Amino acid sequence: MIHRLFANRIFRRILASLGTLLGVAIVVFVMLRAIPGDQITAGLGTEAAALTPDQRAALEAYYGLDKPLVVQFFSWLGNIFTGNLGFSARSQMGVGAMIAQSLPVTLELAIFSIVLALVVGVPLGMMSASKPDSARDAAGQVVGLAGLSIPAFLLATALVSLLSSAFGFNPNGQAYAGLFTNPALNLKQMLLPSVVLGFGIAAPIMRTTRTAVLEIRSQDFIRTAKAKGVGPRRIQLKHVLRNALVPITTMTGLQFGYLLGGAVVVEQIFSLPGIGRQVLLGIQQKEYAVVQSTVLMIALFFVIVNLLTDILYRIIDPRVRAE
Amino acid sequence: MAGGKRTKRKILAAFGVVSALALVISGCSSSSQPAETSNDAGATGGALVIGVTSEPDTLFPWKATQFQAVNVLQNIYGTLTEFDQNLEVVPGLAESWDTSDDGLTVTLHLREGVTFTDGSTFGSEDVKYSLEAMMDEATAAVGAASLSSVDEVEATDENTVTLTMSAPDSSLFANLAPINMAMLSSDDTEEALNTTPNGTGAFELSDRKPSQSLTLARNDSYWGEAAKLDSVEFRIIPDESSIVSAMQSGNVQLATFDDALVAQTAEAANLTVAKTPQLNYHVLQLKATDGPLADVNVRLAIQCAVDRQQVLDTAAMGEGEVTGPITAPAYESDPSSRPCPERDLDKAADYLNKAGLSDGVTINTIVSQGEYSTSVNEAQNLKAQLAEANINIELEVLESGSYVDRWVAGDFEAAVALNGGRPDPDGSYSRYFTSTGNLNKVAGYSSPELDQLFAEGRETSDVEKRKEIYTEISNNLEENAPWIWLFTSYSYTATTSNVTGFTPMANGSLQFLRETSLA
Repeated sequence: MIHRLFANRIFRRILASLGTLLGVAIVVFVMLRAIPGDQITAGLGTEAAALTPDQRAALEAYYGLDKPLVVQFFSWLGNIFTGNLGFSARSQMGVGAMIAQSLPVTLELAIFSIVLALVVGVPLGMMSASKPDSARDAAGQVVGLAGLSIPAFLLATALVSLLSSAFGFNPNGQAYAGLFTNPALNLKQMLLPSVVLGFGIAAPIMRTTRTAVLEIRSQDFIRTAKAKGVGPRRIQLKHVLRNALVPITTMTGLQFGYLLGGAVVVEQIFSLPGIGRQVLLGIQQKEYAVVQSTVLMIALFFVIVNLLTDILYRIIDPRVRAE
Repeated sequence: MAGGKRTKRKILAAFGVVSALALVISGCSSSSQPAETSNDAGATGGALVIGVTSEPDTLFPWKATQFQAVNVLQNIYGTLTEFDQNLEVVPGLAESWDTSDDGLTVTLHLREGVTFTDGSTFGSEDVKYSLEAMMDEATAAVGAASLSSVDEVEATDENTVTLTMSAPDSSLFANLAPINMAMLSSDDTEEALNTTPNGTGAFELSDRKPSQSLTLARNDSYWGEAAKLDSVEFRIIPDESSIVSAMQSGNVQLATFDDALVAQTAEAANLTVAKTPQLNYHVLQLKATDGPLADVNVRLAIQCAVDRQQVLDTAAMGEGEVTGPITAPAYESDPSSRPCPERDLDKAADYLNKAGLSDGVTINTIVSQGEYSTSVNEAQNLKAQLAEANINIELEVLESGSYVDRWVAGDFEAAVALNGGRPDPDGSYSRYFTSTGNLNKVAGYSSPELDQLFAEGRETSDVEKRKEIYTEISNNLEENAPWIWLFTSYSYTATTSNVTGFTPMANGSLQFLRETSLA
């Protein structure tokens, strides 16, 4: 019975997600067209003024800008269902292939950052909660505040210039190495960006953990457990942490989703050829197909991560499952 | 509380593992790094890495205008003529040329023994094909206007090409030198060349990783002296300060910057930084077609109310030179040859009075945000200076896409702009200031006198005579003040100490990579 309810709910969530994706597709398409300039002026800049009407027409036909917007939208959408995400005139590659190259980079960065954030954030949150308003709580809070308030670009730039001038350590100045082609260099290149991103995410995770732990510790079932003589360690891990995992999982899932699209600044500074940078370049160059399809893919992953988070905390917390 | 202690110990252990891991990883780096960067150097010429902020937007030379694309293609393709380091025209794929006495027939004698990288031979058919395709509007070649005076192209024999001209054009040879006039093989198509360039240059494309890097290898069958470097990698590092860091740690050996601040950081990081004055000029464009600016007195009032040195000092930290219209070294304008060489508010007031606008005037001005770093600062300084002369400029700061759209359409009263200069003054200005020029709509000014002067300048091949004519054009432009010329800035070439033989050029070209080596 529970399983069927669960499956039903998941199915409804998937349907709703499809609607979301269609919405994203329309919004991205319209917004891109609303930005002034097109691929031609983005490429030629003010030199575009020197084009004769015939030259401009020839270029518009080349980039497919001569067709009505509705036709452009549906041919793009139709192509996506056949697996054709479009073509980038700039890099002379299919957008699908570009995403296949850049997504693993961002995915790896996101996973490292999240792991780092969890390793730092959860213990720190538990430490803070263990004795509210104490010196150790204050210390934890300060770290959390720093993580929230220091902008990623500042931390990134500071780390890059400090480490490269003081120690000559700048693996990101070398050509990007893939995880499987050169694992040692790849890990070195991922280190600083993951630290920068992980530091930023550790803060909300730390705060979520602290709040959750404090709230759960004040609840009746903890008092009952204590009265029944359950040891503090068992209470901490089995009862408190397990229950705190629900909000932590939600927060982690959310941050992971953001990371997939939002690592733009860090990818830019550390010159990682990830998906965020791909979108940024696409916008600058007004490469419609690149931006539309990549943003749609990011949205798709966001939706999938959310769905997985949903499923995951139903597994962690039977109460949610029963709802 | 014993449990609490144990948890604490675990947390500490976790921290320990993470920091140990970090140490191991960073430890690996410092030991292995020198080996990775210094290999290949020495006898063979080495593998140079150039840091660039973005990748080329096209590999097809006829459509290339973006700086990064031009820099790459300059080394892959060849043109009929070239510029030397003083921007004088020198032979390229055309070894020599003659012009008939009436200037209507130009004969190009092509260099023999030149091959494309695919092994095919370069000859007059390729020149005919290339020039004709560029002149065809369907090709959308950006340099098409450079050939506007060419009527017909004929392959006289294997190594001779004859051009029939509609009018004499002595700027033709300088106009043939930019890389968007590259000679392509008549067997090639744009589609094929987009992925596999096939040129006659000193290097050839060897590898391309989109949004990561583009690598050129030495072309051993290059017609000139072979390049010294084995390879040149253009590595895309989007953030300029990250490029400086990459140079400090030896991963990148050469980079060019436009931003004086970044150049200062590079100098502080012990890199060699060479300053090269640029042909590009900063200018306040006034559209003299309608409104108050149609009155020359209003334009002259603006000219008199601006202290150019102050704009340069406040907007660009004084890094540059005050300029007149012509920036090409051989024809350079004297910046003090203008109605108001120094700021003169009394004279500005006189001009406004003459225009019947003694109460002041308001002019809308477009400014681009983000296209180049000094734009908004320039605009704000101009606004402050002009306000003291009762001239109010309303700034409309636009994102670069909207700015380009408005600029291209000529949809503005005034515009703060950074325009590209060329080694030949005809190439720089006839497109703006002749009544049939293809950018006349953007300039908003022309006159029968200017039409006449530009025509004379094209007809004359005598250098001294041409200098006189372009000085006259320059003075005419200053006296009519369709634009207010402000200053030229520098480009900065940063190199690590092991780079030798590289000569930066005023047009930003990296063509001297073919003489560069790594010590």
